[in-house]
Amino acid sequence: MDIFTTHRGLMVTLDRANIDTDQIIPKQYLKSIRRTGFEEGLFSDWRRLPDGRQDPAFALNQERFRGASILVARNNFGCGSSREHAVWAISQFGFRVVIAPWVIRGGSRVPGFADIFANNAVKNGLLTVQLGEAEVQTIFEMVERFPGLQATVDLAEQRVILHMDEEESFHFEIEDAVKSHLLKGLDDIAITLEQDAAITAYERNHGMD
Amino acid sequence: MAKTLFEKIWDSHAVETLEDGTTLLYIDRHLVHEVTSPQAFEGLRLAGRQVRRPNLTFATMDHNVPTHDRGTIADPISKAQIEALEANCKACGITLYGLNSDRQGIVHVIGPELGLTLPGMTIVCGDSHTSTHGAFGTLAFGIGTSEVEHVLATQTLRQSRPGTFRVEFTGRLQRGVTSKDMILKLIGQIGTAGGTGYVIEYAGEAVRALSMEERMTICNMSIEGGARAGMMAPDDTTFQYVANRPFAPKGADFDAAVARWRLLPSDPDAVFDRTLRIAADQIVPQVTWGTSPGMVIDVTGRVPGPADLPDFNRNDVESALAYMGLTPGTPMTDIKLDTVFLGSCTNARIEDLRRAAAVIKGRKIACHVRMMVVPGSEQVRLQAEREGLDHVFKAAGAEWRFAGCSMCLAMNPDQLRPQERCASTSNRNFEGRQGKGGRTHLVSPEMAAAAAVAGHFVDFRTFQ
Ligand code: SF4
Repeated sequence: MDIFTTHRGLMVTLDRANIDTDQIIPKQYLKSIRRTGFEEGLFSDWRRLPDGRQDPAFALNQERFRGASILVARNNFGCGSSREHAVWAISQFGFRVVIAPWVIRGGSRVPGFADIFANNAVKNGLLTVQLGEAEVQTIFEMVERFPGLQATVDLAEQRVILHMDEEESFHFEIEDAVKSHLLKGLDDIAITLEQDAAITAYERNHGMD
Repeated sequence: MAKTLFEKIWDSHAVETLEDGTTLLYIDRHLVHEVTSPQAFEGLRLAGRQVRRPNLTFATMDHNVPTHDRGTIADPISKAQIEALEANCKACGITLYGLNSDRQGIVHVIGPELGLTLPGMTIVCGDSHTSTHGAFGTLAFGIGTSEVEHVLATQTLRQSRPGTFRVEFTGRLQRGVTSKDMILKLIGQIGTAGGTGYVIEYAGEAVRALSMEERMTICNMSIEGGARAGMMAPDDTTFQYVANRPFAPKGADFDAAVARWRLLPSDPDAVFDRTLRIAADQIVPQVTWGTSPGMVIDVTGRVPGPADLPDFNRNDVESALAYMGLTPGTPMTDIKLDTVFLGSCTNARIEDLRRAAAVIKGRKIACHVRMMVVPGSEQVRLQAEREGLDHVFKAAGAEWRFAGCSMCLAMNPDQLRPQERCASTSNRNFEGRQGKGGRTHLVSPEMAAAAAVAGHFVDFRTFQ
């Protein structure tokens, strides 16, 4: 798996909350039995108009965002189905980072990413960064104000730095397990197989031989 | 120490606590379907790894299968995916309920049907609606393809411990209100991310009064509220459902199992990270109006506008209304329908079909409405045909199909056309979910059947 340490790149914003995995990669692309080629399907219903032409209003079709590698959206990104194809599509399109805000709803803190999506992302070396609502709002505004705005995402330091004349930077929280996993680019299965004795013991204790 | 149902299952399945704070969790049952598994099997092969416990893994094909004519799969890519599952199961020694099996069906319908789903288990599947199985007092959740590969290779998963969230439904449901309305109401209240990071335990008088199939409808849609898993304490209703199923323990083994299962419910003084109470007797039939399951309203209400919804981004509300072709202020019961879909792992079990058939019996579907009935499994289809339900639906003008996911996700040829409006008993009203440009309203089977007859939404409580 790809190691993630630090990444600098162009940001693109999608001003929607609850972007679900059906939008990220519509089902017609799920018939494939391969693990590559999913960039074709990324947001395909949003990228094209009903007559099949590219929709010029959609951010990923715009020249100014060509080559973007940091995707910024609103809260609850990646909700819906468990399809890992959504993460494959985002990565294979060229993204290394997705940023979304946690928000307060009904008095409690609601995460920026859906659970299964966030899990799948880690397995593929895609970093999901949660920031506060106001911080993400700032990014949305700065991307409009400074065309071509780049950011550096530093995982070890847990920082997002916006490269403007007056740099702005935001700290983000991340689970230790996720952080070390990405920094080291670990193969989960290989690590778990090192616990083989413990798994076998568990099975024996539960009458499975 | 007092423990919740979730904690009892988690603790008893912890193989080890790892250095990074995650837990290596043993998986009792692994269910597999054709869409999210091919890359996992391929990964195993490339790494030269084996399936550790083929006898704990069971497969079926549901997402991508034809429900009209079983003989031919026109799309070569769909066909290749189905053949890949057959080949993978054969090579690895995994039991497959394929297209020729009378046990084939939607993976979350056949698991309980076969007795593969038993209280106290951990169950995973590469599918977010694995939460369905939690109705039996299991810890069941959806995983991605990398995790499918991990389970195949190790029969375990590395997981961070989620929080616990108890939702209590007090009182009894009104007549004509269903468990689908309970879960839609909850999602409307907490939002589609309200349960993220938690396992929900549903409790309370209204939950206890439900049948197993009704309970599954609630647990099924936990994920629409953001929770990876939803669970319910097992009780006599559960044990009666499980008894005599093909994979359930038999005789003295069953009695011993029940004695163990009785210890599973949360201890009375167990502490949850979060709690919520909902008055079940106040719930009225629910209908979604937007493009996310949290955009839901009482059938007696009117289509809301951005000003009515402070918890939503204005942008999201406006684009949902535009996509759905709805104007704020329109009574929900004025919304006319083109299609009614009775199916999916949420509401296509035999009781769902019976209740919908009872509404439709002796009536005709409105002339501008097309209705499709897709049983959740072949067993459900065969049972329904023994009871003559297929005739009831067909006489009313509905289509009667073979089992599969069908128009729930429209991966096979069953799709809505652009701007076609559909009352659906499934679980997701996302843009394009049932076909590009299609407009989905989520409802209970009763509400769907009544809407099919009336041609528009009606309050099922007063429908005669
Ligand atoms: S019926 Fe729908 S939600 Fe259920 S497993 Fe199939 S596609 Fe998924």
